[in-house]
Amino acid sequence: MNRINNKLQESKKLLSIYFTAGFPTLTDTVSIIEKLEKSGVDMIEIGLPFSDPLADGPTIQASSTTALNNGMTTSVLFDQLKDIRKTVSIPLIIMGYFNPMMQYGIEEFCKKCAEIGIDGLIIPDLPVNEYNDNFKVIFEKYGLINVFLITPQTSDERIKFIDEISNGFIYMVSSASVTGSKNSFGAVQNEYFKRISAMNLKAPQIIGFGISNAATFQQATKFAKGAIIGSAFVNHLSQNGVNSIDKFVSAILKD
Amino acid sequence: MNYFVDENGYYGEFGGAYIPEMLYPNVEELRLKYVQIMQEPSFQKEFQSLLKEYVGRPTPLYFAKRLSEKSNTKIYLKREDLCHTGAHKVNNTIGQILMAKRLGKNRIIAETGAGQHGVATATVCALMGLECIVYMGEIDIARQAPNVARMKMLGATVVPALSGSRTLKDATNEAIRDWINNPVDTHYIIGSVVGPHPYPDMVARFQSVISEEMKWQLKEKEGKENPDYVIACVGGGSNAAGAFYHYLDEESVQLIAVEAAGLGVNSGESAATSVLGNEGIIHGSKTLLMQTKDGQITEPYSISAGLDYPGVGPLHAHLCKSKRAEFISITDAEAMQAGLDLCKLEGIIPAIESSHALAVFNSKTFKENDVVVLNLSGRGDKDLDTYIKYFKL
Repeated sequence: MNRINNKLQESKKLLSIYFTAGFPTLTDTVSIIEKLEKSGVDMIEIGLPFSDPLADGPTIQASSTTALNNGMTTSVLFDQLKDIRKTVSIPLIIMGYFNPMMQYGIEEFCKKCAEIGIDGLIIPDLPVNEYNDNFKVIFEKYGLINVFLITPQTSDERIKFIDEISNGFIYMVSSASVTGSKNSFGAVQNEYFKRISAMNLKAPQIIGFGISNAATFQQATKFAKGAIIGSAFVNHLSQNGVNSIDKFVSAILKD
Repeated sequence: MNYFVDENGYYGEFGGAYIPEMLYPNVEELRLKYVQIMQEPSFQKEFQSLLKEYVGRPTPLYFAKRLSEKSNTKIYLKREDLCHTGAHKVNNTIGQILMAKRLGKNRIIAETGAGQHGVATATVCALMGLECIVYMGEIDIARQAPNVARMKMLGATVVPALSGSRTLKDATNEAIRDWINNPVDTHYIIGSVVGPHPYPDMVARFQSVISEEMKWQLKEKEGKENPDYVIACVGGGSNAAGAFYHYLDEESVQLIAVEAAGLGVNSGESAATSVLGNEGIIHGSKTLLMQTKDGQITEPYSISAGLDYPGVGPLHAHLCKSKRAEFISITDAEAMQAGLDLCKLEGIIPAIESSHALAVFNSKTFKENDVVVLNLSGRGDKDLDTYIKYFKL
């Protein structure tokens, strides 16, 4: 069984952390992953940097530009991750845009992910219908879970459809926005979280976008299985490097 | 061969809508409604009336006698440079602002490179009294100051795109991010036949008035609707889409798409996407684009800001791959000379984009009795600074 599914069966609320591979320096990837696991993080999203990240706010854009300037490529990332399963056992997901994967070759990309022990992919600009028609078969052949997004604007009908085809979790985008930190969620978000929670979907939901601290993490996980922190962690890395990752994580998970 | 968009939003293997889920409701709403809205009699009436009274259509199909003599063939210029705001861009913004109104949107966003589409968008927003935000690369803002001023005079807010290479592709990214952040009240007026389906088709339909007029104008002048050739420059490809549209299925009409070779196709400073690009995804569309082998989108170069785009619309990718259109690359130097030649021969100062199309007459030989229609997409006023510097005028 896929590590993501196993993790989703645990009774606890899950903390997933995103970081951009190749940032702050090219060779930080493995050390960041190991430190995140040691700090108690449940799942990691490894960002494959792209020159034109449409769905990302300024923080992740800037980290992607730096990572590319540092020399990060798909091949470099795969090479850095080749022995990752010797030291890390939590689920690992690659999050990236479709074009770099397409240029690597989708089948080749999936095959490489399976070899390394990557459990799933999040590809914001690969639409559900394209995935279903052209790529599902390949992903499944290599045991990869594709994670779909829903937003406050997604219709109930479409959410039910996405739930049906999800074999891992649903990535629930907290608000109509690109990635980036917020200090708190308002009434609109709470209503949305409640609405989705009440739908009793088969796939657990993990909330992302706008989670930055213990308060937003707790608010989100009141309604969902877990939450994802991206920009706030990337900000932390840009200010502190890889040294105090444990402090960042324990501040989120306190009490 | 079908050259029009299919029901899934593809031109052959190109097109589609590779968009994040956050944009799905907006793009889907547009996809479901655009054809129906465009075909409503009240929409057509308002659109046609504005094209006539406000834009100044039909634009002349002008027989360029002295250019024809020099090139030893029969050349007509479709005078899109005489449109209000100075280029064909306004055909599309008029159409899309009427679309936005019918969709109940009251906030308009747009991207712009050289500023022509930004000006055309700011213009129609002023006309309709709608809020207008134009994203423009920080570098382009510095090098296109007069157009920035125009947009401001027209009441638009110009927002610098500070990410990536800070030019057109990044301005487009910023506009898309704005749309993600404002999904309810905002319509995104894309300026070319690029982006996710249905944009390439919608923009092509609004620009198709160009070839619709060419047909009856040519019938009047030549006794036949079809020329032997239609020539147009291609950046994203909106003026070419408009000029080709009603000739796509007329296989006797040869279509020539002219790309910017910059300093030379192999110089490393070029925007010749059909030669240098390969299949990939840019701004929500599967098409030909210039990229590294790792799939990072690269920054093109051309002296013409309007052709300086690393991709090309999916229709054009299909026309290129299916060989329905011939793609020709023209360097900065060839274009600048052809632009200056037109000034001296015909008393028309062309936009540098259009000068690329004109340069085809210096590199390709036509038969004496060929009828060639060239889409003169814009006027050169905006490029005076570039002409002045280039020719040390």
